[in-house]
Amino acid sequence: MNLALRDIRHHGGRFLLTCLGLALLLGVVMSMVGIYRGLVDDALILVRAPAADLWVVEGGTRGPFAESSRIPKDSRAAVARLAGVAEAGVVTYQTVQIHVGTRTLRLMVVGFEPGRPGGPVAVADGHSLTRSHFEMVLDRRAGIGLGERLRIGADTFTVVGHTVGEVDSAGNPVAYVTLKDAQRLQFELDGAAARNQAVRGEAANANQVNAVLARVLPGHDAVAVARAAERWKHLSALTQGQQEELLLSAVVDKARKQIGMFTTILLLVSAVIIALIIHTMTMDKTREIATLKLIGAPDRTILGMIVQQALALGGISFAVGAGLILAVADHFPRRVIIVATDVAALSAVVAVVCIVASVLGVRTALKIDAARALGG
Amino acid sequence: METPIIELRGVAKHYGEGPTRVDALKPLDLDIHAGSLIGLLGPSGSGKSTVLNLIGGIVDPSAGRVRLDGDVVFDGRWLRRDLRRMRLEKIGFIFQFHNLIPFLSVTDNIALVLNLAGWSRPEAERRTLDLLEYLQVADRAQAMPSQLSGGQAQRVAIARALANRPRIILADEPTAALDGERAGIVMDLLRKVAVEQAAAVVVVTHDEKIMNRLDATHVLRDGVLVA
Ligand SMILES: Nc1ncnc2c1ncn2[C@@H]1O[C@H](COP(=O)(O)OP(=O)(O)O)[C@@H](O)[C@H]1O
Ligand SMILES: [Mg+2]
Repeated sequence: MNLALRDIRHHGGRFLLTCLGLALLLGVVMSMVGIYRGLVDDALILVRAPAADLWVVEGGTRGPFAESSRIPKDSRAAVARLAGVAEAGVVTYQTVQIHVGTRTLRLMVVGFEPGRPGGPVAVADGHSLTRSHFEMVLDRRAGIGLGERLRIGADTFTVVGHTVGEVDSAGNPVAYVTLKDAQRLQFELDGAAARNQAVRGEAANANQVNAVLARVLPGHDAVAVARAAERWKHLSALTQGQQEELLLSAVVDKARKQIGMFTTILLLVSAVIIALIIHTMTMDKTREIATLKLIGAPDRTILGMIVQQALALGGISFAVGAGLILAVADHFPRRVIIVATDVAALSAVVAVVCIVASVLGVRTALKIDAARALGG
Repeated sequence: METPIIELRGVAKHYGEGPTRVDALKPLDLDIHAGSLIGLLGPSGSGKSTVLNLIGGIVDPSAGRVRLDGDVVFDGRWLRRDLRRMRLEKIGFIFQFHNLIPFLSVTDNIALVLNLAGWSRPEAERRTLDLLEYLQVADRAQAMPSQLSGGQAQRVAIARALANRPRIILADEPTAALDGERAGIVMDLLRKVAVEQAAAVVVVTHDEKIMNRLDATHVLRDGVLVA
């Protein structure tokens, strides 16, 4: 017969209420991990979207995401000619802020040449860009319907296709436009000073892109191709793997530490709270525990009851908390990704926390004198 | 005569030291034999409960030697490492306040003891039912302790004390909360247990109506056995 369970059932309402409170706390812990996963995932979306093998950027930089990078547009042709390169395309990235009705919308505008790598790989509804101007493939998250028009600077774009879940590392929806449109936008939005320079030919904006990305032929090594591209001193090359690592270390590392610290603190708070709850539950059972000792129950039985209750408390709270977070995860402004392995790892941590937290209750229980059962 | 089941030699108990010292029990010799139903009488504070608690290992004697069921369990110190196991195997306690576990049903309160003592489930169920029937509380088998009347709770507590067929039964004012008829049933049962299980039953009581059912009585006054 399971004493832990019987006692819990006897105080069912109070126990469940306690669990609910703890569930909220553990739900917050889990959402922190989910938010972190969301950040990591969001940060990688943009770099994974074009399905490239190789990123060629400005020499000596680690662009185009971690650092700014500007290279001549005609680098593309040179890269495309390298042995092992299947195809290459240019890309530009810029963040713009526009107003849609009363709403302020920030977009990550990606310029690419239709027909070459750099564009949206999967268009969920509508179609990809078919004209050379004023069409846009926009992520659904922006909340702009197909066929709707968006004014950016002096230009008006028509949304012809939707992607799903394409955002930049700040969570801004991605908007794909043609390279020409993107370059004109850059020119318009850069301001008067830049325009004057451009007129004088000092910053030939129209001929500059942020990166060339390439797909490597099967059987060829992206690292070897990268080395070949770096023979041009004004270029640096990163493989897809390096680019992802770079983003994770440059963009995500602080967030990871920040969220990691916060999650640790929350877990410590949970541990203290669980310890106090278990301690209180044990104190409330002083007489029962004394009686158990009186009738000859070994410490094992009493310990088992307390530790099992701690685990039940943690387990139920964790399950409820996880359920709550899964239910509301999609309503967060940024993505919250709950991964099964995270849930498993966190549940193991919570189990350990419960066992550690029950030590206080166990110590209290072991000190209870059987004679306590005798008083009226 | 055969060796007593309970044998106390020079067993004493005092609480505190120096000016606050209370001699709850002066050195005491006492033998109680199998099959006997013994009464322990005396005014309040005379040390009756202390005697029971010393025998049961709930309170540590300050001096003396205790032999239970043939084994010396205390001789200046406890010789049994596991006093709880000793209680589980040898001793059934009955108190004035029933001490049932509030979150276990009547049946489970009794089954728990059998469970701890290693009885198989069917045997434990059989035994529990028999006891509840004998104590006329079988109809409350599934009730929780809070749903019982005082008398019912006390009878369940007695059933629990007898469950593992202990050879020593220590009852501290067991009939104080019962009416005459129920008190009679309890005494009959204790008598039956004493005889059938060859147990030593010690009953602390003030209850005039059960005095005549005892085999012998001992009287304590200020921690000293006077009769
Ligand atoms: N835990 C204790 N601490 C101090 N004194 C105690 C304690 N328990 C009992 N006593 C004292 O020991 C004496 C005997 O008590 P007890 O055995 O309970 O008497 P009875 O059961 O005959 O009424 C009393 O004077 C009582 O106050
Ligand atoms: Mg007493």
